[in-house]
Amino acid sequence: MTGVVLRRRVTDVVSKILMGVATVIGVFFLFWILWTTLKFGVAGMHWDLFTKDTPPPGFNGFGLRNAFVGSLILMGLSLLVGVPVGLMAGTWLAEYGFHGRTANAVRFINDIMLSAPSIEIGLFAYAIVVAPMGYFSALAGSVALAILMIPIIVRTTDEMLSLVGSDIREAALALGAPKSVVITKVTWRAARAGILTGILIGLARITGETAPLLFTALNNQYFSTNVFRPMANIPVVIFQFALSPYANWQQMAWAAAFITVVFVLVLSILARWFLARVKTTR
Amino acid sequence: MKKILAILLAAGGVFSATASAQMLTGAGSTWVYPLVAKWSAAYQSKTGIQVNYQSIGSGGGIAQIKAGTVAFGASDMPLKPEDLRAAGLIQFPTAVAGAVMSYNLPGISSGQLILSGPVVADIYLAKITKWNDPAIAKLNPDLNLPDMNITVVHRSDGSGTTFTFTDYLSKVSPEWKEKVGENTSVAWPTGVGGKGSEGVASYVQRIEGAIGYVEYAYVLETHGSYARMINRDGNVVSPSLQGFQDASAHVDWTKAQDFYVILPYQPGPDTWPIAGCTWQILRKNATQAENEEVMKFFLWGFEQGQDMARSISFGPLPPSTVEAIRAYWKSELGYGI
Amino acid sequence: MNDSGPAARTETQSALAGQRAAPGSRRFSGDAFFHAAAVLAAILASVTLFATVIAIAYDSWPSIQTFGVWRFLKSSEWNPVTQTFGAFPFIVGTLVSSAIAMILAVPISFGTAVFITEIAPFWIKRPVAGAIELLAGIPSIVYGLWGLLVFAPVFSEIEPWINRSIGNIPGIGLLFRGPPMGIGMLTAGIILAIMVLPYISSIMRDVFLVVPSSLRESAYAMGCTTWEVAWHIMLPYTRTAVTGGIFLGLGRALGETMAVTFVIGNSNMMSPSLLMPSATIPSVLANEFTEATTKLYLSSLIYLGLILIAITLVVRFLAVLLIRRLARGEGASA
Repeated sequence: MTGVVLRRRVTDVVSKILMGVATVIGVFFLFWILWTTLKFGVAGMHWDLFTKDTPPPGFNGFGLRNAFVGSLILMGLSLLVGVPVGLMAGTWLAEYGFHGRTANAVRFINDIMLSAPSIEIGLFAYAIVVAPMGYFSALAGSVALAILMIPIIVRTTDEMLSLVGSDIREAALALGAPKSVVITKVTWRAARAGILTGILIGLARITGETAPLLFTALNNQYFSTNVFRPMANIPVVIFQFALSPYANWQQMAWAAAFITVVFVLVLSILARWFLARVKTTR
Repeated sequence: MKKILAILLAAGGVFSATASAQMLTGAGSTWVYPLVAKWSAAYQSKTGIQVNYQSIGSGGGIAQIKAGTVAFGASDMPLKPEDLRAAGLIQFPTAVAGAVMSYNLPGISSGQLILSGPVVADIYLAKITKWNDPAIAKLNPDLNLPDMNITVVHRSDGSGTTFTFTDYLSKVSPEWKEKVGENTSVAWPTGVGGKGSEGVASYVQRIEGAIGYVEYAYVLETHGSYARMINRDGNVVSPSLQGFQDASAHVDWTKAQDFYVILPYQPGPDTWPIAGCTWQILRKNATQAENEEVMKFFLWGFEQGQDMARSISFGPLPPSTVEAIRAYWKSELGYGI
Repeated sequence: MNDSGPAARTETQSALAGQRAAPGSRRFSGDAFFHAAAVLAAILASVTLFATVIAIAYDSWPSIQTFGVWRFLKSSEWNPVTQTFGAFPFIVGTLVSSAIAMILAVPISFGTAVFITEIAPFWIKRPVAGAIELLAGIPSIVYGLWGLLVFAPVFSEIEPWINRSIGNIPGIGLLFRGPPMGIGMLTAGIILAIMVLPYISSIMRDVFLVVPSSLRESAYAMGCTTWEVAWHIMLPYTRTAVTGGIFLGLGRALGETMAVTFVIGNSNMMSPSLLMPSATIPSVLANEFTEATTKLYLSSLIYLGLILIAITLVVRFLAVLLIRRLARGEGASA
């Protein structure tokens, strides 16, 4: 073999090995993180986590009930704010704006918001909700989470609605239906699997988000459903417990992290399942 | 669609109406957190009122009570009377305790290491960087100190514990006073920052060769190691409830305006040199109902919570001080309990 | 009749645009309401970007007035006692930790992307691709928790070795000397690298798949090795979008809060060594925000947030611009 051919061969083999190593590194860290989360998380699991509230420092108990409920309330509120705005904005893009200059500008801005650092959004929510209201509140936290969720829902709704063929739209129009009815009763229906995918992905995005909640919902060691006041939530509790020197708190941090990861996984699998259903109906 | 909206609105109403009068939110000092947490749990089982305390550091407590987002702010650094007046606030002490130097040295158990104020100052000034430095060895002639780097741990958040500690360092080391000074947050010459006393204790637990300052209850609860200190009188003392109360005995709480008292580095044969206290800060223009709830909680703590306090080495205030506090409430707010 | 392509869509468009109520028929007022709601939602979604910048700029104004722009950016003094604030250490910390993350993540992402698209046998492709995407789904707080409690202790065993080997090389060795705490700038950079790896890798994979197979296959037919196809054909073709993907990862790394706050050590002092603790703008915000005792302090923290927004906005804007170029078919370079 001549020198050049040998060099190219060697480069090829070496680079293939390196790229294999690179992939192994990525997969290795994934498994390491998942494995330790599983190991410590399962070790920290306890029935009390769901029936008792967070114990004060130095007490030897277990409990995360108020944090779970708080996180569910926060998620519910953010869905309440985020889904209508995201759905309607995506609908505007797909059904009214199409590919005009305004619509493309909106899409561009939306894509930029997709990667907004969550701490920025937290600062914004502090400025417009907490400061004027005078209290930390779950409401402020949900506003921050909703702002994080909306770009995802806008984008997916826009794309999924665009996939719906014009034939059923035209059929509905031919029957004399006004445009809003066509959209709500026909187009949305047809795209519902895809829209749901977007909502699930949005939900997965905000699960575990801590930074925006640090200066909005704060935390609460008690069980509370008052949305105008601080509310316990899983991510901030993990933050507090993980940085503490108490053994039972650290165990609970792992258990909460484990449950969070499982929740995100379930959401992703569900989203993928719905997405597959979208593909088959087209 | 309309039905769903109606249900949601009703649910929202239910959600927000529950227990807004039954919960107080306070925030601030991590120093006093173990005590407030104990009192709060017992108070809730006795009266059903929830006192939600977020330990975000004294700086946070001061900021949040000024902003009015909490019912009471806890700070280990007392506000000067003129600052209180300017911001429309009042403050009163809670209990006396002490900060200790916690360390992580393999082979050296709790209480074996002896440190002095100037040595600690030099460690935090990065002038002493190894554990087997002659200055430390001189204080510990019979200990086998390892040739290990000292990892200094301090607070990353605004902390009254930092104030107590840096006030002490400023008193024992003129160089510290000149270069760094004392406050809830300072420009640390070196070291890693932990969030809250919990964070400091956690880093010290994890990093070999680490040293950090934390309130004594944290070391007790996590079975960490504390160092004995040489106090102002020149004696080697261990941290203890008695040592903290001895420091407090040297100040007259009833005479201090707005209870403005500085506790570190008091004289006395058994006095612990890094003693401190936490002040609860209230807003004068908060609603009377809210302020009265806060006062009731702390009065309950002063009267019924003494044993709980002692169990984690917090020294309860003497009855004369409690009476002075009640009189202060009446005179500053116009109402009291 | 069944085509839903662009031609059919314009037909529908004109049908809907030209729709008028027939004389005598009831005009459906709900239609206008729905349209208005949709427009409002679109405005709301777009305006948030500007509202964020304006609100944060407004709240930083007291600090901007006191310290100006250049002075604040250059000053290394962050002292709540004397009420003097400067952003330099945090800007440096943010940039350096992100730089470390990119230096580590980009090659690994490239290797992973090429491996999955070109090298891996069919049955490995999807599981590995799925595994890498899973990394993106792990919440950042879990990264922080894992980073502090699992990775840092392991890394603190490796650090003495780093000290002895690279740390002893004159010049560059200064970067790698420090006590083996396990936490610090380098640890934060490594955790960030793991976090942004899936984003960059999946964009690379997506755009590699868009490369026309005729291009790739003719290169292979001419006898090119896999490496040559990847490096000389696929990468140049997709370089615009790949750059966009890298910017996307960079934007993520710059703004990451929780993972960094756990492991960076929270020291407001700058140090030449990567093994020493440091701070970034997000980490200092997370640590000090709720306790800024004075208006100037709070405003200075928000000023830091403004600087972060400025940096990430530029990066994210470029990212979206570049990625969209390829989507519109402009990324092709013959």
